[in-house]
Amino acid sequence: MSPRLRNIAALVIFGGFALLPLLAGMLGESFLIVIATRILAFAIAALALDLILGYGGMVSFGHAAYLGIGAYAVAILQRAGITDLTLHLLAAIVAAAPFALVTGAISLRTRGVYFIMITLAFAQMAYFFFVSLSTYGGDDGVTLAARSTLLGQPLLESDRVLFYVTLGLLIVLYLLALRITQSRFGRVLTGTRENPVRMQAIGYSPFRFQLTAYVISGCMAAVAGVMLANQTEFVSPALMNWHRSGELIVMVVLGGIGNLIGAVGGAVIALLLEEFLSRFSEHWPLFFGLILIGVVLASRDGVSGLIRRIGGAK
Amino acid sequence: MTNLLLLQLLNGLQFGVLLFLIAAGLTLVFGIMDFVNLAHGVIYMIGAYLVVTFAGMTGSYGLGLLLTLPATLLIGLVLEFLIFRHLYDRSHLDQVLATFGLVMVITEAVEMIWGAAPLTVSMPEALSGSVPLIGPLRYPVFRLAIIAAGLLTALGLWLVITRTRIGMRLRAGASNRAMLSALGVDVRKLFTLIFAFGAMLAGFAGAMVAPILAVDTGMGESVLILAFVVIVIGGIGSIKGAFAGALLVGVVDTVGRVFGPILLKAVMDPSAAAQAGRTLAPMLVYILMALILAVRPAGLFGQKS
Repeated sequence: MSPRLRNIAALVIFGGFALLPLLAGMLGESFLIVIATRILAFAIAALALDLILGYGGMVSFGHAAYLGIGAYAVAILQRAGITDLTLHLLAAIVAAAPFALVTGAISLRTRGVYFIMITLAFAQMAYFFFVSLSTYGGDDGVTLAARSTLLGQPLLESDRVLFYVTLGLLIVLYLLALRITQSRFGRVLTGTRENPVRMQAIGYSPFRFQLTAYVISGCMAAVAGVMLANQTEFVSPALMNWHRSGELIVMVVLGGIGNLIGAVGGAVIALLLEEFLSRFSEHWPLFFGLILIGVVLASRDGVSGLIRRIGGAK
Repeated sequence: MTNLLLLQLLNGLQFGVLLFLIAAGLTLVFGIMDFVNLAHGVIYMIGAYLVVTFAGMTGSYGLGLLLTLPATLLIGLVLEFLIFRHLYDRSHLDQVLATFGLVMVITEAVEMIWGAAPLTVSMPEALSGSVPLIGPLRYPVFRLAIIAAGLLTALGLWLVITRTRIGMRLRAGASNRAMLSALGVDVRKLFTLIFAFGAMLAGFAGAMVAPILAVDTGMGESVLILAFVVIVIGGIGSIKGAFAGALLVGVVDTVGRVFGPILLKAVMDPSAAAQAGRTLAPMLVYILMALILAVRPAGLFGQKS
């Protein structure tokens, strides 16, 4: 995707979101804002995954773990009487970073199929950790007393404010991710995806760059977890189920990997499709799965190839 | 205490052989075709559901088991023909996506056919008792039968792999697929065979645990991920590794859950120990995996790539 096209896509998507509450107000369908907030939160996580999957070639099948870490940061701090959103975000990042550092360092000793399976296994480990955490409801999870506060005020109790805060975070993180990929660091990361041996030969240690990117990505996904917890006001291990990790990959791939805004678009497409299918059948995963298989099989070079072909470009 | 340990070791062994049956097919598919198959766990689940249905139809668990084997073999063949063979030369990402979609489809289809409520099947009369071990200790015959069946299957696999022509090709394929193909072996046909056979082993495992578990749609997921851990520990493509890894994971997981809290009680107060034990025990196998990877990135029996 050319930089110009990407900027236009970003403007359209973010602009569309910014105007959405207006539309919802006109239609009197306030639940649109609730769905849109959920989409935005997942878009943050998909963006985080695209940073390492698209630019670093690391297929992490465990990114739901970071959603869970972020969400539990909210639950745990709230119980300790700390309600401020910025502190929740900070705590989520501080908790996600060491987890990403340790599991990333181990996972990155391997590549390919191994990497996929190991990230999945570590996410499952985190899942079981929270399942057995009986003080926070174990398997059943815990309902939040209230949403996080902003500047000492319960501003986020308004769905609209929560929506705009989430949108703001997404835009900031998108710009940050864009800066990262365009920096020297990002170039090296892309280089290690293309050919780690050559990068090593010209004096870079691929491991360090990949690990740093992995940690950044984990922290971003934890931010998404904080916002998801606020949206549902409920936190449970189901958030870090391995299906969730798979869905994140689906989002990134649906939107086209390695261009950041595609991940955001993919989150929109995947969640709207989910929403749509679940309206007319309770067995919607069946259809979602069939579509997924169909899309992958129909296109030789994967989903992004299909999109390119439909788009008519070469 | 030693009685409890013995009991838990046997339980761990039983869980281990089960994991081996699942991991065996998976590791060959990974090793030879470099193929990520997330749908292997649902075949184990289908095996359990089929044995419930077949046992209900025939009135005998044994007959149900006998019917389940060819049925899962057939399912494996059909899936390979319809979906998997189109994905071999794709990226891992495409394979993950397609097989993830397949997991959604099959899980949902099973729920539509059999319903969401857990099912049960009664074990055969002859195997439902228990036998004395040492002193007052008794152990269920059925679990011993699972261990025996698993070990026999492992022995059979070992004989096939080390003593037959197919096995030779398998080993060759795991170490260098391109070379094997260049020597005139139809790797695709070999793979179809392995895939279907692996599906049958997973179905066999599912059918065998059906009497001692509640059969539900979630049963495939946890074992799938543990089977991944087994393969990572053992080394991709190695049956020997899958066997060692499976027993290790089975025993560590089972014994850890019981003895973790007991050991922790020696160093901290009981309620804290109980909580810490409950939290740490399920994480043990993953910690084990991390430790092994730190020392041997390719797994215990893996070849360096």
